[in-house]
Order: sequence, then C-alpha cells, then structure tokens
Amino acid sequence: MIKKIDKDQARFRQIVRGKIKKELRKYMTKSEFIGKEGKNIVSIPLPQINIPRFRYGNNETSGVGQGEGEVGSPIGQGDEKEAGSQAGDQPGQHILEVEITLEELAKILGEDLKLPNIKPKGKSTIIADKHTYTGISKAGPESLRHFKRTYREALKRQLAMGLFDPDHPLIIPIREDKRYRTWRLKEVPYNNAVIIYMMDVSGSMGDEQKELVRIEAFWIDTWLRSQYKKIDTRYIVHDAAAKEVDQHTFFHIRESGGTKISSAFTLCNEIINASYNPFIWNIYLFHFSDGDNWGVEDTKKCASLLEKELLPKTNLVCYGQVKSAYGTGQFKKDLETAFPDEEKLITSEINDLDSIYDSIKDFLGTGR
Amino acid sequence: MTNSLTRELITIKNDILKVALDYGLDPFTTIFELVDYDELNAVASYGGFPTRYPHWKFGMEYEELSKTYAYGLQKIYELVINNDPCYAYLMKSNSLIDQKLVIAHVYAHSDFFKNNMWFSQTNRKMVDEMANHSTRIRRYADKHGETEVESFIDTCLSLENLIDTHSMYSVPKSSHSMPSMSVPDTDRITQPQVVKLKSKEYMDKYINTPGFMRKQKEKIQEAEDQKKNFPPAPEKDVLKFLIDYAPMRNWQKDILYTVREESYYFAPQAMTKIMNEGWASYWHSKILTQKVLAANEIIDFADHHSGTVAVSPGRLNPYKLGLEIFRDIEDRWNKGKFGKEYAECDDINKKRNWNLNLNLGQKKIFEVRKIYNDITFIDEFFTMEFCEKQKMFAYKLDTATNQYVITDREFEKVKKALLFRLTNMGHPHIAVENGNYKNRGELLLRHYHDNTELQLDEAIDVMKNIFLIWQRPVNILTIAEGDEKIISYDGQNVKQETI
Repeated sequence: MIKKIDKDQARFRQIVRGKIKKELRKYMTKSEFIGKEGKNIVSIPLPQINIPRFRYGNNETSGVGQGEGEVGSPIGQGDEKEAGSQAGDQPGQHILEVEITLEELAKILGEDLKLPNIKPKGKSTIIADKHTYTGISKAGPESLRHFKRTYREALKRQLAMGLFDPDHPLIIPIREDKRYRTWRLKEVPYNNAVIIYMMDVSGSMGDEQKELVRIEAFWIDTWLRSQYKKIDTRYIVHDAAAKEVDQHTFFHIRESGGTKISSAFTLCNEIINASYNPFIWNIYLFHFSDGDNWGVEDTKKCASLLEKELLPKTNLVCYGQVKSAYGTGQFKKDLETAFPDEEKLITSEINDLDSIYDSIKDFLGTGR
Repeated sequence: MTNSLTRELITIKNDILKVALDYGLDPFTTIFELVDYDELNAVASYGGFPTRYPHWKFGMEYEELSKTYAYGLQKIYELVINNDPCYAYLMKSNSLIDQKLVIAHVYAHSDFFKNNMWFSQTNRKMVDEMANHSTRIRRYADKHGETEVESFIDTCLSLENLIDTHSMYSVPKSSHSMPSMSVPDTDRITQPQVVKLKSKEYMDKYINTPGFMRKQKEKIQEAEDQKKNFPPAPEKDVLKFLIDYAPMRNWQKDILYTVREESYYFAPQAMTKIMNEGWASYWHSKILTQKVLAANEIIDFADHHSGTVAVSPGRLNPYKLGLEIFRDIEDRWNKGKFGKEYAECDDINKKRNWNLNLNLGQKKIFEVRKIYNDITFIDEFFTMEFCEKQKMFAYKLDTATNQYVITDREFEKVKKALLFRLTNMGHPHIAVENGNYKNRGELLLRHYHDNTELQLDEAIDVMKNIFLIWQRPVNILTIAEGDEKIISYDGQNVKQETI
C-alpha cells in the first residue's frame, strides 16, 4: 500500500534535493562526506527548511527548568554554531541532517554540472539486473493498467452479454476486465570500469594538496559509480619510484624525494596489461601532481608511454595539477604541447577548494 | 480500519475504562488502533489525523520521526486526538505494561478534552473536517497547480500563529464598520467633496444652506477619521482581518481560512499542555498502581513511568510539572492547606503540619481540570512551597560562553519566567493596528513588546509573506535593538525607521 505520507515525504525530499543542488558548489569543498567507505549514504547538513514565523529572538533565550544546581551554574550548551561560518551568523539555527544516497548525490552532481552520461565501450560478462515488462496479468497496480487490453476485455464482455449498443458505444470496464502490465527481472550483461588513481607524493606535495586530491577523487568516484554498476579502483603513489597502495595509504602517505612521473605510468600500464583487458573494461586514469617532473627526459618518456600504451587502452586520461608552493606547473604545459588535439587527454588545474567544481566539469564533461 | 485491537487488549481496555469511570472520569468514546512504528510515525506526522492536506512539512516531520526512531533516540509514546469519538494509537511493539499505561493515559486525555472548558469551542468532528480540508486543497491543487497552491500554503503557514485564542470564548464582535472600499486601491489622495443637492442657481443658498453644508462636511470628516481607525480597535486575529479584507482569490481565501481553522483547533492543546499531560499522568499512575497492575508488574511500570516524568536541566517536562501540581493540589485540599487562615499563618512548622482532614482533594482537582488553563493553573497553584520543593529555577543563555546558566531560584522570578513562557502560547503578541496606514491602504501591525524582541530576520520574511496576501506595503511597530521602530516592506525593500 502506498501511504499518503509518502507523497509528502517525496515532495520534501525534492525540496531538499533542490537545496543541495543550489549549494552544491559549497558542499563540494567539504571533506566530511568522505571516508565513509562501505556506506552508500552520506549525511548532509542543511539549514533547516523552516517556515518563518513571528517569534522571539534567540538572544533572549530563557526558560524555566527543574533540578539541582546553584545560581550561575551552567546547565547546558547553547546551540552549536557552525564552525567556520561568519561569527554571529544566525546563531542557534537548527541544522537538519539530511541523508542522501550516493546515487542521488551523483545525479544531482550530474544535473548541476550538466555532465553527459557516459557511453561505455564494450560489453562484458558481468551481470546486472534489469526490469522488463513482459506480460499481462489480471491483477496489478492501477498505474500499470493496460488501457487497450482493458478496453478490449470490456468490449468483449459487453458484446457477449448483449450490453453493447452500437449507437451509443459506451464501454464501462468492471474489475474483471482490467488488465495490467507485469514485469520480470532480467539479467543482462553490464559494462564495467576501473579507475586508476595516481598521485605524486614527493616532498612538494603537502597535506593541503592531498586534501584537494582526496575531495576531487571522491566526486569522481561518486559520478563514475553512478554510471557503472561495478567499478574497480586502484591506487598508485609515486615519487621517483611508483608502488600500488590501498585507498587509505593513498591519501595519507607522505614521502619525500624527487619525482619521476614515468614510473607511475609504467606501473599503471603493467596493471592494465595484467588485469584489465581494454576491450572489456572502461579504463579511467587520473593523475595528480604539482606539475614538477624530474627532467625533460622523464617527461618525454611519459609522453611516449601515453601515446603508445595508455591513451589507446583507456577511455580517459586526466591530469589534475594541484597548486603547491614548490610546483612549477611545467608538466601540464608539456602535456598540452605534446598532445594538442588529443580528446582523451584532459588537463585541469586545481588551485583551491573552489576550483574543484570546475575541474570536475573539465574531467567528466566529455561523456567518455 | 483493519488495525483493531487484539482480544487481550480489548479486555485490558475495558477493565481500565471501568476503573476510570469509577474514579469519575468522563471520557469520550475512545477508539484505539493498533499500528506498527511506521504507521505511527506517519499518523503522528499528520498530528494524529489519518488525512491531512498535502504539504511537505508533514513529510519533513515524518522523515525526522522515522530517523529518530531508527536511531533509537525517541519513540512516540501516546497519540490521541481531540475528537468525538476520540482516536488513539497503540504501538504494536510496546510491552503489555506500556499498553496499559498508554490506555489509562489516553482515557484521562479524552476526559480532559471533553470536560475542560478551553476545549469547549473546538470542533469535535475534526477528523472529518481535516479530511474535508484535504479534499478541498487537493482540488485547488488540481485546478490551480500544485506548486502555486503549495507556495500559498507556505505563505499561510507562516502566519498561522497570528490568531487571537481568546476570541473563541467571547461573544462574536460585530464586524468592523468598514469604509466603503475594502482596500483603497490607489495611491491618489483625493479629498472627497461635499455633494451639493441639485438646485437652480438662485435657489442654491436656500437649499444647500451653510448649516447643511457644514453638517455634510462633518460627516465626510467623520468617515475619513473612521478610515484612519480601521479596524476601530487593534485586531489580534490577524488572519481573520486578512481573510475579511485582503484582496485574495476565493481559493486563496479558503486556504487561509483552513489554516486558521486548524490553528484554532490546535490552540487549546498548546494552552493546556501542562495541565493536560499532568492530568493524564496523574490518572495513569493512579489507575495502574491502585487497580490494574499485578504486583509483578509494578517495577516495570515504575521504570516506564519515571521515563515519562524524568526531568533534565533546561527542559521543562510538562508531564512532570503538571503531575506534581495536581498532586500538590490534591494534598492541599485534602489537608485544608488553603484559604485566608492558611495564607496568613506565619509559623512554618504549623503550616507544614497543617491538616484539617477535609478530603476535598479529588473534588478540587476535577474542578481544576474543568475551568483552568495552563496560565491560570500556574498562576494559582504554583506556590512558593511548590517551587522550592520541586527545585525550580529560571535560566538564560549566557552569550559570552554560549551556555545556559541558572539565573534565579527566587520564587517570584521563576514564576514570572514560567508565566511568560506560557503567555500567548509562547508566541509574540501581534495585532493589526491600522488597515489603512498613511491613508494608503498600507498595513500597520503592532508588536506588543514584553521585554523580548522579535527574531528580526525571520519577522521580515513573515512580512514578505503578508505582503503577498495584502498586496500593499506592510509595516510593523516593534522594538529592535532597544529602539522603537517601524519596519516596512514595500514589495522590494525593507526599511527601518526609528521613532
């Protein structure tokens, strides 16, 4: 049974969704969502959607209580002010925690950034559920009523019973006449994808830079997960040498030393060759660094790796250049010079939290 | 409804009802429904009614309730609606002792609804009425568009507390003497001229004599003056004023009317919260411990009962406060601790041991439940002895530390703070001062300031909503940041003027 409240709740969720969409840029700079692996739900703090009323101001908050305590002793904390907001900005406003699934969040992200749906390549053996309408039954919800069949049944019955008057062709279906569509779950092969994140963890990449990467990666994940039923993620860190790590290490490791980007590309290529057949898998590479590379030779090696190995095998290669105090940003320029017309290669600058929004759009706006 | 009680619960219910009737309670016929937690949350979001008009605020409430229930933070204990017959809901998963407690509690509420005079003016067929509201508003939504109707409901809900609760109990006032135009719709200020009687020129000074002309002029002046005093006395039922005089379309008027009607329906519950819950707690406790429970159930009952009357600092528990006052009244009237002689007695020891064995307690509490509301209840029965015994205090938010701090334990101040909280159900007093302000059809509201200022940003949002209805500039006379001010909204800009 569909409860009446469901409609009101749906409407409320729709309003919430609108609010999130409006403030998406702000939410995208926050890292609170992240780090809840295994959960499909994020909790978003929204200022309460309230109906304004004439009411007493908050600065006069007082009341009557009951219990122990001397005059002057504190009995409780005032409403929490949102950390980081401007001082005195509407104190005591209730914060409403709204839960939203990652799929929904991705959908909002997609709508707001006008991200095109990805056209996947290849079909694979991985199976997914799909609903298909397959037949007709005598019982079902009214919303699935098959008008034409119902009409035909009613007509048949009325003709058989002699209730049909050709001059006055009124057909009134009764319950027995009604026909409904039925559906079945079907298993269909589905596309699958892998994201390989690479990050420069050399001395010049500080915590701030890693935070940017972390947030960026969260949104990339969220979006791509909404596009594919199943997604693998692999993480590579590198300084002068590269190694594969798990997610936690990826975001928290701190190394020092020089930078050889080619090391990461080489390892990445090995991973692809070992596990991900490009004819079956949609492969996404994301590389983040501050733009410094160790020597022109290495950059050349990178370019050739990209051209010969990586670009042909992947859907997309994205390079995000994070601003740091030490980075020169040379690598981005080098890439752009080396591949001026390559559609599969996208570069973007991530200077601060605010630019994540645009950078996501750069990366994912291609629909590949 | 399919959610009827189990046989066992029916027996329990009948037993409790019999006990309640023996004690002298006089409830409406009360229909209990057995629901699961989700149904209970849904119905609670609708304020206990099976059908309400469509609005997202119910959805928000439902989401909140579902979440707090899921996280085990709180569950709804009892839900009963003021209607004849009374409807109440029992949660399937409650233990039998809980069910007994809730049933007894509900019968006492039902008795209160039926017999407390502040409820006398409420619609006792509100379940049907709410369903009618729902049908009408759904029809408007079909006709005029869901978004438009929804946003108009938002507007109306923003004003829903602008009613005059006391108007329910007084003889209806004769409607305002109204100027000919409901709303002067122009900015032009035209001075009406005396219309001369038709006459030949040479007869003019005999027909339109100077005396006649003067009288006519006075009449016009009077009408003008009256226009300035419109309404003649400040109207606290702002919603009624808007319904009567604002230029709205019929469906809008009807929606505002609906919102107002529901506000009036719910008002007595806010006006008697402490008494009502106190009364119900008093009786569930008495009925269960004295007649219904078996010895082996007492401990569990005590556990659950203490949950409902628990106090936490900073939050006034109406169940607890009401229950204690009722018990105090019963005790005082049993012992004769009232009247001149008692009041004038100075000897503390004598006062403490005062006992005239009058046994008027039961009679008195029934009288109290009949004619008092929270304000008169507190005013009369919140005594100094009670205040001390119950360790009551007043608190305030210390803005420097952002902490609530106990400010007073002095009886007078605690009582004053308590009464203030209850006055006008905790809402600011707002009335229509002038419906033709500046002689330009502007609306002037007055906030009757009682040492507490309005939340200004929100008040401005409300004024914007009133503007949508009144369609002329809206002004409010209030005190903000210590100064008397008129705040105006003319459809575009907000202006503050210190006077």
